[in-house]
Amino acid sequence: MRELALHILDLVQNSLEAGASHVLLAIIEDSSADTLTIRVSDNGRGMDDATRRRVLDPFVTTRKTRRVGLGLPLIDMSTRQCGGYLRIDSKVGEGTEVEAVYRHSHLDRPPLGDLVATVKTLIVANPELDFVYRHEVDGTAFTVATGELTSILGEMPLTHPDVLAWLGEYLAAEEVKLYGGAKHEND
Amino acid sequence: MKTIEDLKRMREQYQEQTKVRHAGGIQIIVGMGTCGIAAGAREVMAAILDEIAKRKLQDITVRQTGCIGMCEQEVLVDIVRPGEPRITYGKVTPAAVAKIVGEHVVNGRIVEDLVVGKIS
Repeated sequence: MRELALHILDLVQNSLEAGASHVLLAIIEDSSADTLTIRVSDNGRGMDDATRRRVLDPFVTTRKTRRVGLGLPLIDMSTRQCGGYLRIDSKVGEGTEVEAVYRHSHLDRPPLGDLVATVKTLIVANPELDFVYRHEVDGTAFTVATGELTSILGEMPLTHPDVLAWLGEYLAAEEVKLYGGAKHEND
Repeated sequence: MKTIEDLKRMREQYQEQTKVRHAGGIQIIVGMGTCGIAAGAREVMAAILDEIAKRKLQDITVRQTGCIGMCEQEVLVDIVRPGEPRITYGKVTPAAVAKIVGEHVVNGRIVEDLVVGKIS
């Protein structure tokens, strides 16, 4: 996939399919360590050790609808092409944490891409999910949680036209602030 | 500049409005498995959300779902209008979204040439 934001969407979909009700997505950019870390932690059903070791094999999937699972193998490959790694911690009945680490300055590292579209989708399309998004750039962080928005909105749905328009602009403005008002690498 | 305060004001206005409601909520479901994402599901989702905002549609629920085994037909979008069969559209592009929303979601007319499945 050409954007890390698309891999992120894929990782959170895995959490949803594992029955998670709580998902924490953290993106941590650290220029002194030259790393870009994507971490997705969930409280889904988790995997035993044998399964965890096999999920990077494309011919393993939990789905009954098709026999090939490409999500995690693709992310694993992209991290290793960029001087990084993919780590998966999981415990049956407790949840899973997936961490993808890239060398930030690596020439082959895909751009973060349209994080606003990814986060907006994850919030709006999963109103009951306790989803927390945190993006940290050299110590400055922006956090938004679905629960924070829905508790302000009450019975007003996230799909209300005014809320949709607000959300896109709000997320975009906060992302710009993270980079000190400077243009994002995608612009 | 958009802030959380704007959201609070929005809710207050919403509560003051006399609620004009469409006949029960319409559901839009977008396939977001790896296959869907690779085929452009996020862009289709973004186009759907933009269309809802632009047309000021109320009472629409948007959901994401995983792979349902028709990977070659992605991006898949299901429209469920209350009391009507669930319609699955295949190979949906952002450009087709305006048509699906305008015809089917708003006016109840199925866009036959994009349909890949119907569940009563």
